[in-house]
Amino acid sequence: MEKVITMAHGSGGKTTGELIGAIFANEFDNEILNRMEDAAAVDGSKRIAMTTDSFVVTPLEYPGGDVGRLCICGTVNDLLSRGAIPKYITCGFILEEGLETETLKRIVHSMAETAREANVIIVAGDTKVIEGNGGLYINTAGVGFFDYDREISAEDAKDGDAILVSGTMGEHHATILGSRMSIANDIESDNAPLTDIVGALLKNKVDVHVLRDITRGGLATVLKELAKASESTFVVEDEKIPVSPQVRDFCGLLGLDPYYMGNEGKMVCIVDAKYADKALEIMKASKYGQDAALIGYVQKNEAAEKGMLYSKTSIGGLRNLDILQGEGLPRIC
Amino acid sequence: MSSDYLKEITSYLREYDGDSMNIMEVCGSHTAAIAKSGIKSIISDKINLVSGPGCPVCVTPSAYVDKLISLALEEGNCIATFGDLMRVPGSEESLNIAKGRGADVEMVYSPMDVVELAKKNPDKNYIFAAVGFETTTPVYALLLDTIVSEKIKNIKLLTAVKTMPAVIEHLLAEGAPIDGFLAPGHVCVVTGSKIFTPLAEKYDIPFAVSGFSGEEILEALYGLVKIKKGGRVMNFYPKVVTEEGNTSAKSLIDKYFTPSAACWRGMGIIKGSGLKIRDEYSYLDAGSEGLNEDIKKNKACLCDQVLMGKKTPKDCPLFGKVCTPLTPQGACMVSEEGCCHTWIANYR
Repeated sequence: MEKVITMAHGSGGKTTGELIGAIFANEFDNEILNRMEDAAAVDGSKRIAMTTDSFVVTPLEYPGGDVGRLCICGTVNDLLSRGAIPKYITCGFILEEGLETETLKRIVHSMAETAREANVIIVAGDTKVIEGNGGLYINTAGVGFFDYDREISAEDAKDGDAILVSGTMGEHHATILGSRMSIANDIESDNAPLTDIVGALLKNKVDVHVLRDITRGGLATVLKELAKASESTFVVEDEKIPVSPQVRDFCGLLGLDPYYMGNEGKMVCIVDAKYADKALEIMKASKYGQDAALIGYVQKNEAAEKGMLYSKTSIGGLRNLDILQGEGLPRIC
Repeated sequence: MSSDYLKEITSYLREYDGDSMNIMEVCGSHTAAIAKSGIKSIISDKINLVSGPGCPVCVTPSAYVDKLISLALEEGNCIATFGDLMRVPGSEESLNIAKGRGADVEMVYSPMDVVELAKKNPDKNYIFAAVGFETTTPVYALLLDTIVSEKIKNIKLLTAVKTMPAVIEHLLAEGAPIDGFLAPGHVCVVTGSKIFTPLAEKYDIPFAVSGFSGEEILEALYGLVKIKKGGRVMNFYPKVVTEEGNTSAKSLIDKYFTPSAACWRGMGIIKGSGLKIRDEYSYLDAGSEGLNEDIKKNKACLCDQVLMGKKTPKDCPLFGKVCTPLTPQGACMVSEEGCCHTWIANYR
């Protein structure tokens, strides 16, 4: 196998076969995929959840993860947000010529490991090679089953509900920005599949009203969107939002706001307040939920505008938060 | 700060029922901190907080942005800049848009990063977009010092460096209705708190030097509201601000920079309100002189009035409609520290 990907790897001929054999088939080994049919035949369910996502992150590998792990986590967590347990994933790879084969191997390996961790099967895939400069892009589709007969929706937050997050804010965002801007730090991406947390909440019959993974735009953007979708007012407390000292310092350095820093392995979970303690306990007992926290409550909407998000500040003020405006650029003084 | 003292301050500011007061926070970092800590929801409606001209990208004129773009489009040049300058509109377009059509622009988080870039790519000419106030100037002086001592051939600076006292005097002389100033703590770390003393005395107006946490800002506001009148500078940030400031930073600045007139977006040229590179180092200047043209991208934009505390963002017909953080018409909407950006994100 050559050291870098060339246009020949996308020819559909012998070299493509070698690429698939040497890298993908080996790592994604399972009965369904091994048949190498044009489409995978899989067991179904009456009602399924489906999602799709594209992953175009640079750098391809970063502290704590890579685009392979990221694409599984992103797809799985989207399915979980509807209360569906992820089952199948497909992946389309677009490789730019010049990509190092070793890099591709590591990414595919990481993807396979993450899929096993998340208990999903990669049932179909495709590879294309385009001209370029060693880049790699992955598009996925995911299917999940409603094993617990619960369809979770963003519209279902109710007055008095407790708002929880599954951990600290901003690690993924800080990792990527730190890599791109060569800012030395020891922050690692939090990219993780949240199957355990959601599975345990539903299995233990916690009355979950809303789930949403916290990705681009950060916590404030997600909460504001949820408040709008359910036409209610959310009030959280600044001091209860979990942020690691490293991310807090990083934000301080660049003038960024942890409320707007993205994650790839954290969730907002809105539950009937009666279940808040139980939900928190379940989250904290999970591998990726040790820093989970109860951060606020849904309040009766008395504001003129529906869907408001406020935070109580440490000095007793009330801050009105909106979705992320612009791109969260570093400040200059 | 003890919680009892915080309570005392908070209840005083909440229950204040005296004459209405306009307090200007000069600095963009204060504008952002006031919004993030929800201070307006705590204090009495009689204490009106007004944002001033202290967000560096907001006061940079269009000619400077145009010059950056033309330099960036020249073969072999690369502009190194802080992120938020990239989206500031010039007369036609922003650096960000020019980048899309081939301008070579590199975003950095510290001016010193450009040294490493220049060493790595000796065939490229780097131009650092040196915009800022007293807080950032020491790093530009350090950058110049490094270029000179290491004899680096491929870095120049395009400067739009501004200083606080002259622009504050300009506002006061123009009759801006201000009863007190929240003075930026980080500027005073460098300059010393005494930099505002002549203004305080001449215009009989109080200045409170403040840090950037919610508690620190409340304490400084308490100082300003309680004494109300009286030309003096109060230092509420004594853990880092002294009367004299950082003398070694000041002497490094003095080695490379000399006071000059500066052009402020919307306010025009203000005498003695900037710094330029000294003549003996003018070979390190990428052409900063005379960038005084200031064309509004949108004629209806009120950024100039907003920067002077004469109008609030909501008075502007473009605010939140044509002008949003994604489509900024004026510079106040670009930076996280710009007044209009802060308003749209927090008080809409």
